[in-house]
Parts: sequence; structure tokens; C-alpha cells
Amino acid sequence: MKKLLIGNEALARGFYEAGIGLVSSYPGTPSTEITECLAQYRDIASEWAPNEKVATEVAFGASLGGKRSVCAMKHVGLNVAADPVFTMSYTGVNAGMVLCVADDPAMHSSQNEQDSRHYAIAAKLPMLEPSDSGEAYAFARASFALSEQFDTIVMMRMCTRIAHSQSIVDVGEREEAPDRPYVKNPQKYIMMPAYAKARHPIVEARTKALSEYAETCPFNRVEPGADHSLGIITSGTCYQYTKEVFGDRVPVLKLGLVNPLPPQLIRDFAASVDRLVVIEELDGVIETFCRTLGLAVEGKSLFSPIGEYSQSVVARAFGLPEKEYVPALPDLPGRPPMMCAGCPHRGMYYVLAKNKVTVLGDIGCYTLGAQPPLNAVDSVLCMGASVSGLHGFNRARGTESEGKTVAVIGDSTFMHSGVTGLIDIAYNGTNSTVIILDNSITGMTGHQQNPTTGLDIHGDPAGKIDLEALCRSIGIRRVRVVDPYDLAACDAAVKEELAAAEPSVIISRRPCVLLKNVKKNPPLAVDAAKCRGCRSCMQLGCPAISFKEKKAVVDATLCVGCGVCRQKCAFDAIG
Amino acid sequence: MTKSVMIVGVGGQGSLLASKVLGRVLTAEGYDVKVSEVHGMSQRGGSVVTYVKFGERVYSPIVDLGEADAIVSFEKLEAARYAPYLKKGGRIVVNTQEIDPMPVINGTTAYPSDVLERLAAAGITVDALDALTLAEEAGSPKAVNIVLMGHLARNFGIAPEKWLAAIEATVAPKFVELNRRAFRLGYEA
Repeated sequence: MKKLLIGNEALARGFYEAGIGLVSSYPGTPSTEITECLAQYRDIASEWAPNEKVATEVAFGASLGGKRSVCAMKHVGLNVAADPVFTMSYTGVNAGMVLCVADDPAMHSSQNEQDSRHYAIAAKLPMLEPSDSGEAYAFARASFALSEQFDTIVMMRMCTRIAHSQSIVDVGEREEAPDRPYVKNPQKYIMMPAYAKARHPIVEARTKALSEYAETCPFNRVEPGADHSLGIITSGTCYQYTKEVFGDRVPVLKLGLVNPLPPQLIRDFAASVDRLVVIEELDGVIETFCRTLGLAVEGKSLFSPIGEYSQSVVARAFGLPEKEYVPALPDLPGRPPMMCAGCPHRGMYYVLAKNKVTVLGDIGCYTLGAQPPLNAVDSVLCMGASVSGLHGFNRARGTESEGKTVAVIGDSTFMHSGVTGLIDIAYNGTNSTVIILDNSITGMTGHQQNPTTGLDIHGDPAGKIDLEALCRSIGIRRVRVVDPYDLAACDAAVKEELAAAEPSVIISRRPCVLLKNVKKNPPLAVDAAKCRGCRSCMQLGCPAISFKEKKAVVDATLCVGCGVCRQKCAFDAIG
Repeated sequence: MTKSVMIVGVGGQGSLLASKVLGRVLTAEGYDVKVSEVHGMSQRGGSVVTYVKFGERVYSPIVDLGEADAIVSFEKLEAARYAPYLKKGGRIVVNTQEIDPMPVINGTTAYPSDVLERLAAAGITVDALDALTLAEEAGSPKAVNIVLMGHLARNFGIAPEKWLAAIEATVAPKFVELNRRAFRLGYEA
């Protein structure tokens, strides 16, 4: 049956049909839908894990236990999962296992644009890279046979343009994969030095066997073209841009298995063309490999290692004419993303900005607190870094800093890797103040459950981590909960905890206003007769409040009646 | 010959549903189709864009500068932002609704008042309609997306019945009538 599916949905369908028994992941754009789509098949155990390392280890355990398993993450999630991944290269699998990693060239919703292919090379793992939804589906179906044949995890590299583009997929039926028996095998599964030393040669032999397999595997193909003055090696989304520009005019070596690369196939292709060019987004991985083969090749001399490509980028690199277009109108106001009207993070951020507190931030919707007019955040690095970073910052700057610096971190991010930083604060003892912005959901990636919500991936009741009890059990004695819609309470909590001579945690708790079960209040309105036009309410950066004809105006279609602006108004004009 | 449509607007306006309907119409017509959008940050009130491409064989999922046969803009300022993506001789269907972005809300800059005039002066065919009022007339302001699809359908060469079938297959049963009305109002506008 033909369906229009996004790449992530197509992968999920392929995995389902390949008979997988388990998926465990942590959400991260652009990878989230792989797991969300798999969760719709109730004959698979589908779970959100607290972080990518845990997810990978759960999938490892399931593979060891005999079921085909999947884990999915964004590119930076692979940094978190790298520890089990590198050693799983040595243990191999029992039932097949596939690790999906979604890169984000151009950083549509990421903090860096690292190229995951380096991980496949460093961990010596095979990596597939589909170029549309049809291939995502086909590669997903085929990946488990590959995993089991070569006794290895298979990595599946996606990128934003494949993950979130729909194309037509001809889907099939699920084939059950019988559970494999678990047989105790210390030499294979206990990676202590004596056994690991024996496994390393097996890894090297496997890479050699995979390279030989790559020469003739169905994932790589040469597409002929009449004009041999140029030949292009490409993979993934760049293949589509290449074909859009050149059609069937020039020969193309289209790689679907991007690690290990096929030396002879590449040599033969190079020999058949006058000029060899590699088109690959981010780093020159294939190009570098070509150079090690001693081939004359061009790549990053024509293309940037920064950002995404497109058909125009490809055309420009070859000096081909570009499309005519109307130049952009000058001076158009930008439209940056912002915290929603009624967002529970806003009140706390306002209080932090007003008190001129230095804020080490973290990854989530609340990163938007860095935007004007709040400008409330000083640093954002990676998941969990706010908490451990705060400890180091306070160590460096001493008591004065402890009284005016905080970490802010969401509930899901705290579960992911913030709690370990808090353990460090409790253990090594700085008088640090950590604010957990608990909106009872993983927000930025589109509302996934997490260990603090009490619900599982299906929305069914699950274990619920008690944040207050967790923080206290670590040894934080000062733990308090505030409602971020109450500015006075937030102000008092921040001032008191910053002044306290011991570590403290403030849980700023109110559910995300976009959650369906959250009751909205009637919209507020500005009494124009009372409004003095002082713009005090405008400091909140609420998208529902604008300023027209020297008065504040509340947009009733956006306002959810949170009342934060009413508390800001000194003239009682908002009600 | 591949054709391209861009659907642009502000996060939360319902462009996702519009692209689903369009994708379904084109798939039913037997075209190869690609629909591409970016999720994530852009959903939080930011500028959003969806590319829809169709033809015998579609390669690139994205629409580049000067390539769109039509742009459907859910918001006036966004029409101006993406105008350079329009092919020479292409058409912009634009909802005249204005949604202030943060730099306008906080008074850093003003909402440009003459966007449509400037686009027309640049030689672009601007097909403007008040989709919000029409959606309200149909029964819900949320039906702006289907009003705009209705208006796009006028010069698209695919019979209205086929669009209505795609709408029926896409929206929840209780919203079918509302969206049929919205489509009609947009089509006739």
C-alpha cells in the first residue's frame, strides 16, 4: 500500500515490519517521531528512557535477551550514548540492533552541527544513510539482517531533510522475528581486558568483511550518465540535490552504506570519469577517504562544511545558472520563536532578570528565556550542563557568586543528566541554587512523557519520580516549590535561596499551557482609561500583549489568563 | 516537470494540516510527491515553512529561491519574507491577517503597512483574501488553513471534488462539514 510518510515514520514502519520487539529512546529533534510512530504498534515494547545512554543500554539488553531492538536519538544524543556504543562494537549483538541518529545540518533546532559519521568510523560500526522515505523504509527493513549477519549494531544516519520530509512509501506487512535464545557467553559479553583483547581483532576483521560487503551490497549503486567529464559521489539528501541539478546527465555513485566505504567501487568509478567530485553535507568524510585511496578529488574546495545544501548550492558550485528571483524586501521584522502566551517559565525568568541574577541555562523551550526582552540567560551548553556548570562557576567565583547565580533546568532535562550535577553540588558542597522549571512534560520536542510525569509513552500510568524527595535524598535540605504565575512568591524564593548558606533547589511548578488537560482562564483585557502606557507589562515578552496608540493591548485569542501581567501593572489596568 | 508550492505562516496557524490535504490531493492524482517541513524551534510562534513538490519524479524535497510556482501565506508579513522563493510569473495567495512578531510587539520596529503593495510593485501576482473572516463565517477561526487551500484550488487544475475528498480523509469526522464550508468560501473568494 502506498503512503506519504515522513522519513522517521518510514523508518518506524520498516523496523516494525522487520519484527522488532523493543524501542527505547530519548526525544530529540529531528529524531523524535521514529519512536512516537513505533509506539503506535502495541505489539512492540516502546519506551522513553531518561537519556540516550540509558536508551542504548536498554536496547542492548533487549538484543542480548533475544529481541530485535532499536534506539533513536538526535546527533548530540549520541555523545551521551557513546560509552555503550563504543564497547557494543566489541560485544556485538544477539538479536539485531539498530541505533538511529538524526543530524541537524543548519541547526534548525540544535546547539551544534556535528557529523555523526565520525562516530561510525571511530566505533567501527556500519552506518546506513537513506536519501528519502522509501529508502528509509527499505534500509530499516534490511538493517536487522545486516546487524545479525555481521554481529554488530547498525547505525542509521538521518538528517532533518530526510527525517521530516514526506515521500511515497509502498509499505508491506510485519514479519515476526523469532526470539533468539540467550546463551551465557562471557568471552563475548563481558568486556574486561582479557576478553576485550580477544574481541578487538574480531572488530577489525568485521570491518574488513564489511568493506568487502560494501563493494557489492544493495545499498550502494552507480547510476550511469552519458557525460563522463564529471562524476559525483554522494549520499543522503545531497543525492537528491545532485539529481535535481544533473538529472541522468552525469554518472553518480550513490552510497547508502556510508561506513565502511567501498575502496574498489570508488576507484572504478573514479577511473570512469574525468573529474571526481564528492557532494556531502558537513564534513568531507567521503572526500578524505578518496584521498587516502590516492584519487584526485574535489569536495570541500567547492562546498562549505557549514549548514545545509540545496539544488541551488550544487548548481552554484558548478557555475551553473541560478534561478531568477525577486530580491527580499528590505527591513522586514524578523519572527524569532518565543515562549508562548501563558508559558509557566516566563514568570520565573522575569523575576531572575529583575534581580539581575546570573543564569546558567539548559536545553529546552526555556532556552528561549535568552531572547529579548527578558535576556535572562547567560550560558547554554548541553543537556544538564546548567547544574554542574553552576557548581564550577561558583567554585571559581566564590561566595559572592553563590548569592547571585542560579542554574535553570527543565524537569525532563533534570532527569536526563541534571541530577548527577546536583549530586556533585551536594557532595562537593557549593552553596548553589538550582531552579527546576517543572512544566510536567518534555516540551520542546512536542510533549513527550518523562519519569516525572507519572505517565508512559502511551499515556498510561507509570512510575513517577518525586522531584522533592529525590533532591532531599541526595542531601539537599532546602527544597521548595513555587508557582511561577505568582511573581511575589518567586521573588521571595529566589532571594531567600540565594541568601541561604547551603545548597538549595527551587521547583518552579506549573504544567505547560499547551497541554490539552490544562484549564485556561478567561482572557484578560486592558482598561484603556487606566493604562498609563508605562510599558511595564511589555517587559514580560508575552506574545499576547502589544502596544498600540500608547496603550497596552491584550490579544484575547492568545491570552490564557495567567495573570502575570496583571501583577506587573501598577495602575490596576489589566483585569 | 516538477511543480512547487510553499505554505508559509506563523507556528500554530495550522499549516501542517493544509500541507497534508495538498499532499493527499496530489498523491491521489498519481504524482510523485514530496512534502517537507521543519519541526522544533519554529513551532513556538516562529516563522514556519512547508515545501510541497510534485511531478513525474521529484528529487529535492526543498524549494529554493526563485522556484515556487505558488506561495500560500497564512500571514501578510510572511508573504513578504518568502517572496524571493517565488518563480518568475508565480502567484502568492495571501491571508491579509497580521500577526505581530516579537520585535513589533516589544516596539523595536513597526509592522510594515505596505507589504502587499510593495510585492505587487515588484511584479508579483498577489492574490489577497481575508481568510480569517471567511473561516469565522465557516464556523471557526481555525479553518483559515482550509479557506486558503480552497483559494489555491481555484487555479490549480484539480477539480474541487477531489480536494473535498482529501479534506474528508484528513480531518476528524465532526469537522468535515465545517471544513467543506471553509473550502467553498475560499474557492469562491
